[in-house]
Amino acid sequence: MDRFGQVSPGASSNEEAPAAATDPSSVLTALLRRAGRGDKDAFAELYDATSARVYGLAVRVVRDPAQAEEVAQESFLEIWRGSARFDPDRGSAVAWMLTIVHRKAVDRVRSAEAASRRDTTYQRRNQLIEHDTTADAAHASLEAHRVRSALTSLTEVQREALELAYFGGYTHTEVATMLDLPVGTAKTRIRDGLIRLRDAMGVAS
Amino acid sequence: MSDIHALSGAYAIDALDDIERAGFERHLAACADCRAEVEGLREAAALLPETALAAPPASLRERVLDDIDAVRPLPPVVAAPVSAPRRPRRRVAALVAAAAALVAIGGVGATVWHPWSDESSEAPTVTASDIIAADDAESWAETLPDGSSVEITRSAALNGAVVKTHDMSPAGPEKVYQLWLQHDDVMVSAGLMPSGPDNTVILRGDPATADGFGITREPAGGSDEPTQPPVALIDFAQA
Repeated sequence: MDRFGQVSPGASSNEEAPAAATDPSSVLTALLRRAGRGDKDAFAELYDATSARVYGLAVRVVRDPAQAEEVAQESFLEIWRGSARFDPDRGSAVAWMLTIVHRKAVDRVRSAEAASRRDTTYQRRNQLIEHDTTADAAHASLEAHRVRSALTSLTEVQREALELAYFGGYTHTEVATMLDLPVGTAKTRIRDGLIRLRDAMGVAS
Repeated sequence: MSDIHALSGAYAIDALDDIERAGFERHLAACADCRAEVEGLREAAALLPETALAAPPASLRERVLDDIDAVRPLPPVVAAPVSAPRRPRRRVAALVAAAAALVAIGGVGATVWHPWSDESSEAPTVTASDIIAADDAESWAETLPDGSSVEITRSAALNGAVVKTHDMSPAGPEKVYQLWLQHDDVMVSAGLMPSGPDNTVILRGDPATADGFGITREPAGGSDEPTQPPVALIDFAQA
């Protein structure tokens, strides 16, 4: 399957807005809180600022672009519905949003129907991404570069386990089997990998 | 570290099966360390999509914005909805009016003490509305330099007190607001404030016999006694 570093179709222009005086994370928090009060303009701004991450994650996990669109659409609706329940002191707005997206995407691939469909669409989607990579290479974000650098601090097995679980949507026991790890050790690799990523990126823990 | 603790990473990225997830969520309800770790690991995981950016078709934006037109955002989680206060005693009329305004403003975005953010398993037995509606309820309020406000309402008969905050700035990284009741010259912890600017928190301890109330900013997890000067201090002896 793909390595973390290979797929980079680039962000929408809005996502690439230069860092303003205001911290981008607090901008998203403010937009999400306004959305919680029913502010649709704020939600549209939030969409523009995050849609490349939301859709990119969905398409990476479910692979089929049509299903990924459905996952993204359902996710945004759930984000809107739950926006007043977002608690900024328990994490960033984008982490809260992407947790929702990831859960929906994983639920989708774990359903039997989707499992059979994703294999037949894998090839098609791979070609799509390759094309996008070339066209939008110039848009590769600075943040993506930082994340890829941070991922180099993981061991190979940590990175593989994390990738299979996060982007592959596999459970830790499935990951253990796929990587020929003793049962019960994949979860440790995943956790250790996330901790290294967290520490390398200086994410508040 | 217990074995179940090691599932935090897999839980954070949805890599548990349904049975494991249910088990870990039960564990989470009782383990503040795991809750904090899951939050941090989710922040880390949320960076991964930066490496998988893909612009969606333009039509998705229209569909999403159409969708939300028909859906009202859910109200914030409010554990103890505050009913309209009973006719206030003259002495606290202004404060209760302020409280009513706070309730009106706080209706959106306010958070209330919630099992998830509760650091202990002992749930207060009186509700915020019980205290506010009590015949002997008294209120004190303080506006802080940053414009945020703190209001405490105490019922000696119920031995209960409820604190409301409005627009509190975050305590800061690795910090938490801790609530204190002063007995003689000793500050006794009355619990930790959940995160967020607007909170309604029922104090632990014995508010009926306390002389005052204070809030300090403490390291995450709280302290046994105040280690910082108070950000708010209210003397119950003052009207």
